[in-house]
Amino acid sequence: MNAVVSTDPSSDAEQFLTFVLGGEEYGVTILQVQGIQGWDRVTPIPNTPDFILGVINLRGAIVPIVDLRRRFGMPAAEFGPTTVVIVVRVAQENRNERTLGLVVDAVSEVCNVNAADKKPAPDFGSHIKTDFVKGLATVDKRMVILLDIDRLVSEGLLGSMTTH
Amino acid sequence: MTLDLTQFHDAFFEESFEALDSMEAALLKLDLGAPDAELINTIFRVAHSIKGGSATFGFSEIASFTHSLETLLDELRANRLQVTQQMSDLLLKSVDAMRDMLRAVQVKQPIDAQKVASLQAEAEALLAQRDAAAAGSAAKAPVAGSVTSPTAEVPAKSASSGDVSPAQGSGSPAGAPAARVWKIGFRPYPELFARGNDPLRMLRELNELGTLEVEAHFEALPSFTDLDTQNCYLAWTLQLSGNVAEEAIREVFDWAEGDCDLDITEVAPAAPAEDLTNYDLIAEFDAMMSADAAPKYEAVKATAPEPVVVSTPAPSPAPAEKSKSEVSAASGIGDSGSIRVSVEKIDELMNTVGELVITQSMLSQLGRNLEGGASEQFRLGLAELERNMRELQDSVMRVRMLPISFVFSRFPRMVRDLAQRLGKQIEFTMTGEQTELDKTVLEKIGDPLVHLIRNSVDHGIEKPDVRVGKGKSANGHLKLDACHRGGNICVEVSDDGGGMDPVRIIAKARARGLIGPNELITDDQAVELIFAPGFSTAEQTTDVSGRGVGLDVVRRNVKELGGSIEVKNTPGSGARFIITLPLTLAIVDGQSIAVGKQSYIVPLISIIESLQIKQGALNRVAGRGEVFTFRGDYVPVIRLHELFGVEPRARALDEGLIVIVEGDGRRVGLFVDDLLGQQQVVIKSLETNYGHIDGVSGATILGDGSVALILDLPGIIRRAGAGARVN
Repeated sequence: MNAVVSTDPSSDAEQFLTFVLGGEEYGVTILQVQGIQGWDRVTPIPNTPDFILGVINLRGAIVPIVDLRRRFGMPAAEFGPTTVVIVVRVAQENRNERTLGLVVDAVSEVCNVNAADKKPAPDFGSHIKTDFVKGLATVDKRMVILLDIDRLVSEGLLGSMTTH
Repeated sequence: MTLDLTQFHDAFFEESFEALDSMEAALLKLDLGAPDAELINTIFRVAHSIKGGSATFGFSEIASFTHSLETLLDELRANRLQVTQQMSDLLLKSVDAMRDMLRAVQVKQPIDAQKVASLQAEAEALLAQRDAAAAGSAAKAPVAGSVTSPTAEVPAKSASSGDVSPAQGSGSPAGAPAARVWKIGFRPYPELFARGNDPLRMLRELNELGTLEVEAHFEALPSFTDLDTQNCYLAWTLQLSGNVAEEAIREVFDWAEGDCDLDITEVAPAAPAEDLTNYDLIAEFDAMMSADAAPKYEAVKATAPEPVVVSTPAPSPAPAEKSKSEVSAASGIGDSGSIRVSVEKIDELMNTVGELVITQSMLSQLGRNLEGGASEQFRLGLAELERNMRELQDSVMRVRMLPISFVFSRFPRMVRDLAQRLGKQIEFTMTGEQTELDKTVLEKIGDPLVHLIRNSVDHGIEKPDVRVGKGKSANGHLKLDACHRGGNICVEVSDDGGGMDPVRIIAKARARGLIGPNELITDDQAVELIFAPGFSTAEQTTDVSGRGVGLDVVRRNVKELGGSIEVKNTPGSGARFIITLPLTLAIVDGQSIAVGKQSYIVPLISIIESLQIKQGALNRVAGRGEVFTFRGDYVPVIRLHELFGVEPRARALDEGLIVIVEGDGRRVGLFVDDLLGQQQVVIKSLETNYGHIDGVSGATILGDGSVALILDLPGIIRRAGAGARVN
């Protein structure tokens, strides 16, 4: 599994897939990314939080799709031609890995982030939750917010998911 | 030889557990007093193979325990001991003990030595009793030339801790052990090791039988560079002297049969023609020899002192064939009729086939709209594909099907133990054990059945004296039956016990507050109450049943499997519980319905009827709930679009349809836009990647690749808080 990341095992650089969401740039560990695919129709699921858009058929598996904008409380945007679904695998305590899709505005690039460039997320006080922010990194003088997806899910991202 | 034996451990454990299961089954079939010799042989073989295996792998505790067990069994086999209740209890406990030991060894935990020792002591006590009895009868009965004096024999035996070899115990009729000399040519085939045989162990075993002289042949040994350590290159000529019967020698080579050339020749029968054992031997040859060999047999008899040659299996196909098939059945070796496959592999196969079905239906939809030259041929091809797909799907489904005996097999033991503990006499019969059903259903049906059977034994069937007082036979009858009925499987548990008394049930239900003090219900409704949570009519709580968690759990489990449970009660003469279950959980016959832009699947089995009603046919209750009259009942209407929050096409009742569905014993009318079509759908779990959603039991992938949700009607009815009770 590590083969993807550390072409140079001596470096402590980690690779992130970065994407744009409401003008901000976010990153997820590339090891968790299973694929990227264009936005397509989903089947809505009744009685779920609004950021759960529904489920899709991903090669025979039923995979839930999460709208990250709505999840982060950003204003909803029209889905355009750059809108994509990043399919990620999420590890969880006491159960098997789960697969889910994150809808984002656009994918930017894959970048290397050295441990030295990673800074802890500042405390914004109680009104902005930063639990699922792993840290901030500077890449080509841009700030990338590194997401902790495992945390995002366990912090009730998928609402009723945790009830079972 | 540095062959790594640990690689065979798993196979050994698996085979041993299976063998123990068959031993247990054989024990339960064993009649007291008049045991079937074949059954005792089966039991003996299991003990013998476990002993051999565990000795080979160095599990000495198991080997020593099974050895004492074997000694006991050998006495049974030779009819020197009677099968008593005590004996069969002990043997069953030994099966449990062996299972525990194997499990402990498997997980590398210490063995419960105390338990083992106590069982071993019990076995020895039985043996000592036998010796005492035999000695007693020997003293009384005028058995010709009967042996040792009782006083000398008994203390010696009880002191020598069960290590009684049958030869020693029986003594030879002549009084003096007749020394016989056997010449054994043992030439293993190269693949002997691979079959789990260890020649060294066999030689050691032979050595225990008598004085053994060994001559090894190294001729076949290749040069060092060509040596394959997994092959056996050695052969032996053995000379065994002592009072040993040919069977005893053959038994040592029992497992190697077919993996070696074996010649057993008696060189110099020490006893002359009047030796009884020799006559036995001749009689045996008689049976083994074919008709054309008869003259030779005469010759043999006439010249008894001549060496008698018996060559192994090939020349005597009939008896050898039988024993061979038994061997392979017991050991699982060489049974090419079936293979072991992990469940994951089958599930993978199922998934792939599911995908193929979807792709195929996608193609069919495309094909329907095709125009032009080759379109007709294309459609023909598609029809062919569809047919083949269906067959493929059926075959894969059948792979997952297992006979229900996998679940049933544990019940005879359970019933026996329970009946004994409760002081009841029960004849337990099972039918339809070969009925096949899906593995997932099979795994989940066990617990409900355990509940039902325990209930029958504990509450249903009366104690013998009560039964006799009622004019019934002292033995209660408990029946377990399985059969296919349509696309379902029916499992029935019935007993001829006291049945259920509606009066008592009603009284109990009143006391528990399950029904109001003045509420009147029919007897049938009363019987239904036993499925209510917290209901139990046992006079006193036993550890068998009576904690009030029983039948409600049974019903819930059965419901979860998409089945139903029904009870037929005849007060005073028994009760029947009938469980109906779908054959598989992987595929459901569904009706697609449309609401707005969405389509949903309703399991066909829960649909009663679909109809269109007029706007005025609805009545309102308390200004909110809508009901309409359906066959004399008021049935509430659930508007699916409201419940699921989707934008419908039809809001007025006469624009859409009402689908009358039943779930959890309640009926509702689902208001939907339209019915689309019926199809078999492969159920996919939503919980793998998401979680449980109220009112949705799963999802499926439609022909166009999109996902449709499968409705869970009991959930929907619960959610809506509606539903007319079905009477």
